[in-house]
Amino acid sequence: MSSLTIFFALLFYLATALLVGGLAYKIYIYSRIPAPLKIPTMPAPTTTTGVVMRMGREVVLFESLFKSNKWIWIFGWLFHFGLLLVLLRHLRYFTEPVWSWVVLIQPFGRYAAFAMIAGLLGLWARRFLVDRVRYISTPSDHLMLALLVGIGLSGAAMSFVVHTDIIGLKEFMLGLMVFDWQPLPADPILLTHLSLVALLMIIFPISKLLHAPGIFFSPTRNQADNSRDARHVAPWAAQLEK
Amino acid sequence: MAAPKFEVPELKGYTETPPLREGASADVKSFPANAQIQEALGFPGELVENWHEIAIGRMGGLLGKYRSLQVFMDACVHCGACTDKCHYYLGTSDPKNMPVARQDLMRQVYRRYFTFAGKYFPKLVGARDLTREVLDDWYSYYYQCSECRRCSVYCPYGIDTAEITMAGREILDSVGIGQKYTNEILGKVHRIGNNLGLPGPALLDTLVGLEEDIEEDTGVAVKLPIDVKGAEVLLITPSADFFSEPHVESLIGYAKVFHAAGISWTLSSHASEAGNFGMFIGSYEQMQKVALRIREAALELGVKRIVVGECGHAWRVAYSFWNTLIGVGVGASADDKYGRMLQQQLDPNYPQPAHICEVTYDLLQQGAITMDKEANDHRIITFHDSCNVARGSRMGDMPGGQFLIPREIIKSVANRFHDMAPETILEGTFCCGGGGGLLTDDLMELRVKGAQPRMDAFKDVVDNHGVNFMATICAICKAQFTKVLPYYGFDMSMVGGVHQLVSTAIRLDAKQ
Repeated sequence: MSSLTIFFALLFYLATALLVGGLAYKIYIYSRIPAPLKIPTMPAPTTTTGVVMRMGREVVLFESLFKSNKWIWIFGWLFHFGLLLVLLRHLRYFTEPVWSWVVLIQPFGRYAAFAMIAGLLGLWARRFLVDRVRYISTPSDHLMLALLVGIGLSGAAMSFVVHTDIIGLKEFMLGLMVFDWQPLPADPILLTHLSLVALLMIIFPISKLLHAPGIFFSPTRNQADNSRDARHVAPWAAQLEK
Repeated sequence: MAAPKFEVPELKGYTETPPLREGASADVKSFPANAQIQEALGFPGELVENWHEIAIGRMGGLLGKYRSLQVFMDACVHCGACTDKCHYYLGTSDPKNMPVARQDLMRQVYRRYFTFAGKYFPKLVGARDLTREVLDDWYSYYYQCSECRRCSVYCPYGIDTAEITMAGREILDSVGIGQKYTNEILGKVHRIGNNLGLPGPALLDTLVGLEEDIEEDTGVAVKLPIDVKGAEVLLITPSADFFSEPHVESLIGYAKVFHAAGISWTLSSHASEAGNFGMFIGSYEQMQKVALRIREAALELGVKRIVVGECGHAWRVAYSFWNTLIGVGVGASADDKYGRMLQQQLDPNYPQPAHICEVTYDLLQQGAITMDKEANDHRIITFHDSCNVARGSRMGDMPGGQFLIPREIIKSVANRFHDMAPETILEGTFCCGGGGGLLTDDLMELRVKGAQPRMDAFKDVVDNHGVNFMATICAICKAQFTKVLPYYGFDMSMVGGVHQLVSTAIRLDAKQ
């Protein structure tokens, strides 16, 4: 067993543990903190079904962003849905036999890499070109984009430029999942790709990537407009009535 | 009007996003509250010695009490969608008036003290120590936000800067830094029962005078009853309605509606204020204490319905928070004695609380009141959606009723109506520039500049459609526009209430 394989195996266990544990912890915190007042941004749906629909439109279509700014919307949407397709395509490296729908989306998933990278570059360009966005950008905002672009470019390079030993990689990944380590191909582009992905997984729960779980807990989007019909009192607020 | 000490923006009839000018609005600060004002609300009279510890402690406390604050601190990705949405940014060009930058004033401190990245890599994530300078920035810019929630419409995660402004003000109050205007008014409500500090006898005098005026005007004895036990409706209205112009015209309108429909109603000298500035400073306790007077008055007078007059933030508090705070509504569970006590008294056949526009609209639908629309023919009317009504409340059964119902009333009482540009009304409406505790003369520069987007849209309908009247249903909007319209070359009488229009057109002899 090469030290490279051991290093990456441990790195991915660590990254997975931090990603899952960190997100679970954050979600636990979000769910535990009360929302003492009804503050949906109106007009808001009056029923739970309506709230689910509203949240669905936010998550799938980025409805509010569409109302706000068409450039951010198109770049943001290209990136996120490119990423989604790319991620789904990657399921083939974690399943054996590969599920048929994953096989079906392979070509889409491959080219989605370009949508993803284009979206990211568009968003990044705004951080330089629009004075208001330049003003609010921190170093970590730029680095986050660099990281994602790095992941996209290294991945696309292996798909479209220099193929890596994908069979070896798949054996490594399948082995990781059942704690039966297999050698990892020592391809520099692959190692770059994997390192960046592990880094992304590690910083996910301690960064602005928390917007992913956060939106589901956002009271302005997940509350129903029913304040006249149901008395909504948080536990700490109920104490004030006594 | 004295010449302003600042440059009044030039109107174009539409609003352009300005290039940013750092620090453009940094010197705009409202007067701080003195020790007496602060202590009356239970806040420290001056900046406490261990303010740093108290402030961070309070922030931690709020993060544990308000999910909104915790999620909003974490979720922002700095995408920039909100950067051109705030009327104060559009009017002042100060980048710290961009919603995300206003939030970041707190988020930088949150990251420094409450997140791994900010504790160990502060520069990387833009985290900052809480210093006196930061505290000063908070005071400046959290009192340059009217909590209008326009940014929350456009944020992909629904981040509502109002929640962060409220938290910022609450932390400032907790270390002894308060704003004179808001906190002085809160003291008056607690002492006297209304924001103006108008005592019961003076209120009674005013109402008698108004009754005489109405009778002189119309020949009909329309009453403005107060403290009448057993009345059907308790009307809670902003105290500005009792003596400010044009507010009082709407009060007369409500009285005429009740009179024409034959509904018994009363005001209360104990609860003579719909406004609730407790919301402005983010204090749940203050907000509940102010609202409690209304619960007490309703129980004391034994009324069946509670109706709220034309006031934007008051309607948000009433519609969205009263059920939570004081049990005005329905749906209290069997073991909720506090909630049930009032809910059992109120008539479940009516929305509780109801907006006066809902009452008037229903009566119009039923044909219980009739209008002489031609009486308003000298007016070409537009409608300014008040921010708190538009984005913090509802009217009627359907989402969006808060937009439809006032417009339907206007169209029922007048022949000539024209809406302003679509991106400046409904849920995208621009704040008047004076809401959220900023309606004070020491912030006149901010108020004038913050009104620019609304004034631009107004100018467009004035120039192109001959509009000469902007109707609104908010006491703060009315007071703000009365002051600000002249800066932009409009007549102050161009603003007024929806029930002012109703008052002009209603037939008092129609129903006997």
